[in-house]
Amino acid sequence: MKGDIFDYISFLLSVVKGYSWKVHMERIYLDNNATTIVDPKVKSAMDPFFCDMYGNPNSLHIFGTETHQPMKIAYDRIYAGIGAHDEDDVIITGCATESNNTVIKGVYFDLLRNGPKNHVITTQVEHPCVMNAFRFIESLGVDVTFLPMNKNGIVTAEDIRPHIRPGKTALVSVMWANNETGLIFPMKEIADLCREHDVLFHTDATQAIGKIPVDVSKIPVDFLTFSAHKFHGPKGIGGLYMRKGLKLTPLLHGGEQMGGIRAGTVNVPFIVGMGLAMELATNALPYEETTVRRLRDKLEDALIAIPDVDVIGDRAIRVPNTILASFSGVEGESFIWDLNKDGIAASTGSACASESLEANPTFTAMNIDKELAHTGVRFSLSRFTTEEEIDRTIAVVNKTVARLREISIRY
Amino acid sequence: MSKKDLLGGSLWENYSHKVSSRMDNPVNRGEITEDEAKALGAKLVVADWGAESCGDAVRLFWAIDEKSGQILRAKFKSFGCGTAIASSDMMAELCIGKTVDEAVKITNIDVEAALRDQPDIPAIPPQKMHCSVMAYDVIKQAAAVYKGVDRSTLDEDDIVCECARVRLSTIQDVIRINNLTTVEEITQYTKAGAFCKSCVRPGGHEKKKYYLVDILRDTRANMDREKRESGAPLPFADMTVIQKHKRIEDVLDGKIRAALSRDGGSVEVIDISVEDGAVTVKIRYGGACSGCASADTGTLQFIGEILRTEVDPSIRLERG
Repeated sequence: MKGDIFDYISFLLSVVKGYSWKVHMERIYLDNNATTIVDPKVKSAMDPFFCDMYGNPNSLHIFGTETHQPMKIAYDRIYAGIGAHDEDDVIITGCATESNNTVIKGVYFDLLRNGPKNHVITTQVEHPCVMNAFRFIESLGVDVTFLPMNKNGIVTAEDIRPHIRPGKTALVSVMWANNETGLIFPMKEIADLCREHDVLFHTDATQAIGKIPVDVSKIPVDFLTFSAHKFHGPKGIGGLYMRKGLKLTPLLHGGEQMGGIRAGTVNVPFIVGMGLAMELATNALPYEETTVRRLRDKLEDALIAIPDVDVIGDRAIRVPNTILASFSGVEGESFIWDLNKDGIAASTGSACASESLEANPTFTAMNIDKELAHTGVRFSLSRFTTEEEIDRTIAVVNKTVARLREISIRY
Repeated sequence: MSKKDLLGGSLWENYSHKVSSRMDNPVNRGEITEDEAKALGAKLVVADWGAESCGDAVRLFWAIDEKSGQILRAKFKSFGCGTAIASSDMMAELCIGKTVDEAVKITNIDVEAALRDQPDIPAIPPQKMHCSVMAYDVIKQAAAVYKGVDRSTLDEDDIVCECARVRLSTIQDVIRINNLTTVEEITQYTKAGAFCKSCVRPGGHEKKKYYLVDILRDTRANMDREKRESGAPLPFADMTVIQKHKRIEDVLDGKIRAALSRDGGSVEVIDISVEDGAVTVKIRYGGACSGCASADTGTLQFIGEILRTEVDPSIRLERG
């Protein structure tokens, strides 16, 4: 009994604490490239599958079979969202990291381990899961070319072409959009190049879905990976698109789920969630392209109006929600500390804020002036961002720059 | 690894309140002008350290009393993360009232200790220690400017790990004395490499003159070479079984057999086995020893103690 009372009191306290934070200061979330809020509609859609329709879809009885119709709807939504045909395979995984590992290690097992192909190509600005998986197979003896960025911060088909080794290159992997800069890579021409040379093409589309159109019926990719929590779905569920006819040795061996390519009890509530999130995200693309872009541009214009502030990457080839700004004389971690005090969430590529203190590889790869390598701050909006939030952010940014430049040596 | 490591945590959760409040309000920020210094009857010293390209730069201003040599006022400007700002702010404060020679003794360890809320809880997480090093480095530079000398004359010999202030000679001694074989052990014994880790091996956050991997390799190479040259015996653990047997026989001959034979007994080694680094020696008594009451007690203990002292402390003795 005593324990219950204490539990109850601390529960009440946490409610009061949470409530008073919200009452005194509305938080502003501008770190959507790190993760996103789950759309309340998605959360509602998932709800029945925990305590009501909780069966294992592989079971023969009613508990299993009643999940099949909702699963079919979810699958249709996911396929439609990326333009996949029914004959293609979209494998459900735990996250984009798992999907990317499945592609890279699967290609290793199938094509590289015993030759004759022994070479793969990727870029220097991929997400760490892609970079580290490639480094791993490199340590196993595979030749990996990590392409640097061109002066526009991207890689084009012409940058890739000279590196393709006929008969030796098995895979090209280039992300659809970069998480730090928001820059969009020229997918169509790269996919066409790979087709031309009979090389498999993988793209990590995690940062593109929900921001720009992603359509595999228009762009001939072989593998495409994504993660629900970047487009207002829950964390812990992702996808791997495989063009019709392609196979991969699985990472997870076990039961016959997902056609044997990814064993493990099928996660019904989260697949239902991801399905709806995908549909809502693709339906919202016009809103993203107009309103989110407008709000982003409003913030960006306000930032570059401040003296000695630069934004990295041309707006014309950037997703509509991202700004990577560099504030001369102000270090990134201290910048987001100040923003955080005012309830605003953003992130920094500054090495000081990472666990390892290492310089951000994207900055290095893009040859960003070393003096500025520690001054980067990334703002990433979503369809939930409001005009008021942007206005308040502009005010706080100005206040922050003023305070930190007063301490800074150069000002 | 452990649950705590797996959960990870935010850098900011490990900042002390003192660090947070100095990040929010670094009271000693600012500059000192020539006129200000003159009005105080002081000499103005300005020193820079670090670089924006490294993510940490600080400029220190001192107004040093012309007569007493005391630092009357200290101010700083900084480009750096919050920990760097807080450390520089505390560092400037610690300078006030000291002479230059006293200020030069301030180390990053003093700065970090002054930022703690409680004496045994660090003010900042390990990878942020190097921010406090920047703070103390600039004092050296300011002292050099004041004295009109080159900064290198003020440096302590060969600091390998800036964050923990560990000297090259300390690390070499610790390796030798404790027979260390891994970098992790060096860190455990000296704290070198525990913080920003850039002194462990090349490729870290900062380029260093010395790296722990090299110091370990070179010191151990020297140790092996010296051992070979002096003809000193191999450590017992590294000997082959036959070598171990010979060594044990040498000690039995030298210290034990004479005593046993006076009473009409003898001892021989019938087996040597090694398990998990511990050596078990099986002996058989001969002559009067085999029927003696002490064979399993006093005599066995006596032989065991001698072997453990003279040969190797891990030796266990059994009667076969």
